[in-house]
Amino acid sequence: MDFSIGEDRQMLVDTLSRYLADKADWKAREAALESEAGFDKDMWAGMAELGILGALFGEEAGGFGGSPFDIGVVFGEVGRGLPTGPFLATLLAGKLLEAAGDSETLGNVIAGASIATFAHHPAVGADGSVAPQATASGAGDSWTLSGAKGVVDYLGSADIVVVTAETGNGLGAFLVETGAAGVSVRDYPLVDGGAAGELTLDNAPARLLTGDSAAIDAALASGVVATAWEAAAVMEVLRDQTLEYLRTRKQFGIPIGKFQALQHRMATVALEIEQARSAAINAAANFDKGAAQRDRFGAAAMYTVGKVGRLVAEEAIQMHGGIGMTWELPLSHYAKRLTMLGHVMGDEDEHLARFIELGAQETNRAA
Amino acid sequence: MNLDFTPEDEAFREEVRTFLKEKLPKRLSDKVRTGQHLTKADMEEWHAILNERGWLANHWPVEWGGTGWSVMQRFIFETETAIFHAPRIVPFGLSMLAPVLIKYGTEEQCRHYLPRILDGTDWWCQGYSEPGAGSDLASLKTQAVREGDHYIVNGQKTWTTLGQHADWIFCLVRTSSEGKRQEGISFLLIDMKSPGIEVRPIKLLDGDYEVNEVFFTDVKVPVTNLVGEENQGWTYAKYLLTYERTNIAGVGASMELLDRLKDVARTTMRGGKPLAEDPFYAARLAKLEIDLENMKTTNLRVLDAAGAGHAPVAESSMLKIRGTEIRQEINDLMRRAAGRYAQPFVAEALEEGFNGEPVGPEWANPVASQYFNNRKLSIFGGSNEVQREIITKAVLGL
Ligand SMILES: Cc1cc2nc3c(=O)[nH]c(=O)nc-3n(C[C@H](O)[C@H](O)[C@H](O)COP(=O)(O)OP(=O)(O)OC[C@H]3O[C@@H](n4cnc5c(N)ncnc54)[C@H](O)[C@@H]3O)c2cc1C
Repeated sequence: MDFSIGEDRQMLVDTLSRYLADKADWKAREAALESEAGFDKDMWAGMAELGILGALFGEEAGGFGGSPFDIGVVFGEVGRGLPTGPFLATLLAGKLLEAAGDSETLGNVIAGASIATFAHHPAVGADGSVAPQATASGAGDSWTLSGAKGVVDYLGSADIVVVTAETGNGLGAFLVETGAAGVSVRDYPLVDGGAAGELTLDNAPARLLTGDSAAIDAALASGVVATAWEAAAVMEVLRDQTLEYLRTRKQFGIPIGKFQALQHRMATVALEIEQARSAAINAAANFDKGAAQRDRFGAAAMYTVGKVGRLVAEEAIQMHGGIGMTWELPLSHYAKRLTMLGHVMGDEDEHLARFIELGAQETNRAA
Repeated sequence: MNLDFTPEDEAFREEVRTFLKEKLPKRLSDKVRTGQHLTKADMEEWHAILNERGWLANHWPVEWGGTGWSVMQRFIFETETAIFHAPRIVPFGLSMLAPVLIKYGTEEQCRHYLPRILDGTDWWCQGYSEPGAGSDLASLKTQAVREGDHYIVNGQKTWTTLGQHADWIFCLVRTSSEGKRQEGISFLLIDMKSPGIEVRPIKLLDGDYEVNEVFFTDVKVPVTNLVGEENQGWTYAKYLLTYERTNIAGVGASMELLDRLKDVARTTMRGGKPLAEDPFYAARLAKLEIDLENMKTTNLRVLDAAGAGHAPVAESSMLKIRGTEIRQEINDLMRRAAGRYAQPFVAEALEEGFNGEPVGPEWANPVASQYFNNRKLSIFGGSNEVQREIITKAVLGL
């Protein structure tokens, strides 16, 4: 057994962490949050120049990594540095470009020349109605898509979107250019920073990337690994900041960390974060062990992120008292991000149900 | 035992409902219902409507313009106004300062200040907390030094809610550093227009501005603005903190929010069926409802005891803890119900007159920011940890 991330990945981590510390500091974050795009395009370009995005993809596709642990460590640094930007969007869209063997398009994305995002979940209307799954019609090189997708990461800045749609033969993934006819985009900011949008397609021209829905499942599973590692890192930041505060904030003449009422709760927080870290490792370690096992550990990780994430975010704010409620303190931004990480790939309950379902399938097979 | 309200109470409830149907402007209840921000003018408008009916200061003695209502009537009023989405009564002048003035102030102070609170001339804010004095309030440092007919005040208050609107601030200030820390504190009324006062807004995590820092540099305050005796302010402050206890659990507001949450659970689809039929979500909702139902009766028991003259110090700590936990749980379930749509946040949609299209379900836009903002409920008004300390010591004797 080996729990080290290895030398190459450590170098990647160091490079990214230095870059983000330099380019994505607190002032840069404020500016990014104010901007229409919701992220710093120069930071993104610089990161692409360093080749960081290549770590998310395999060599055949023009990257230099692509394993679940490569993805994990990159998203860990994203969690720690808290830059906004289309990281997850790039991963999800890129994994489908990779699956389709479209290394030219993916190469542009890795190089930062093109921004890609991924549109999968149907849009939800004002009355709560869920749009029907988008549909694709056509054949060969000529397809058009119609439908509505919701909360598509950084849609307003994207040049291309990988869209999932019903082909009549299962779910397929298609490439759509945001500038094409029949594509409309409604952009908006997110509560934890960054931006997303609603995508409406009306006979929009599209290129089929893959008609194999297993490739879509695999892309989503890599998003789960990324989210679990990002969340674990955000939790560790919140833990460290809260510990520091417990040691330095004095009330009643002593550091508040001397109150047993807080000590035991902080011990629980620390314990749960170790569990979340293990869940993230499990998700990565089981990624290549067949879809059923991959998804079961993925569901376990997302359940853990939802459950532990809430605890850590709430306790971090609570133990800071009033100051934990302020915009000025980075802590509140980490807390918001962590909470929203419990939403991006589906929530705790959804993944608990999925875990049970996958377990039942396992048992049935065994029987 | 009989948990029914008396026929008189039921008649009173009808009277309140009729009033709300007739007098509560739809513009205001719509804003409250949809989570839009209330402006100062909105809050003043609602105060004026209540004042016209004589119901604004419903817990003051009749001689000062109060209603003479029983604690049960006040509970009914608070519950019904919440259910009808009336704006919350801003508590600082009405519920916090006024009871202190009535009990400890001079006749002259009451005559001067109370009518101005009622008719909205003065907007008050509460200056207790300081950067170094939160839970440990008695360590406050803002200093008032007597010079002839004035105090000279220097120091800083913080977390001052709605201080940006305020004409006056009631402050705890240090007038002596001898003896026990609690014994050198005085209760002072300070005009916010005094030279030497600076208000700086604090941006909260949801991006909104509701609290402030207030700085005092050589601020001259007439000694006639002292409430009660010098160095006795701690006693008055404690009285104030335990006074407004009927509404501390916010049961009415939670009942209303729970109804809304159930609607949301019925109309929100997840995995092809309504959330209300999702076993995990349904369990969360059910547990919340059970807790709230229990809380309602706990609250009524406390009120009943208070009506019989028992001062419910420790019980009010219990109501505060569980009441705020229930509110926060409701916010959490709203956030969960929004699913991916918890993320979009169009801040402009919280302002009146926004006519853009909602993103996702029409109720979803404010829910995540409300969830984050309401983390404050377990921090202010004496944090829930401090409340647990009170229970441990005062009730359990540990
Ligand atoms: C939105 C908001 C509005 C507010 N409005 C006002 C206002 O209008 N006027 C005003 O005067 N104040 C106001 N406050 C201030 C509020 O009363 C304080 O935030 C509160 O008393 C806690 O103090 P603190 O923030 O300094 O936290 P601290 O006292 O530093 O506490 C930090 C943490 O330590 C815990 N802790 C402290 N002591 C103990 C102990 N002995 N045992 C166990 N745990 C302990 C606390 O519970 C908390 O979790 C407001 C606060 C907020 C957030």
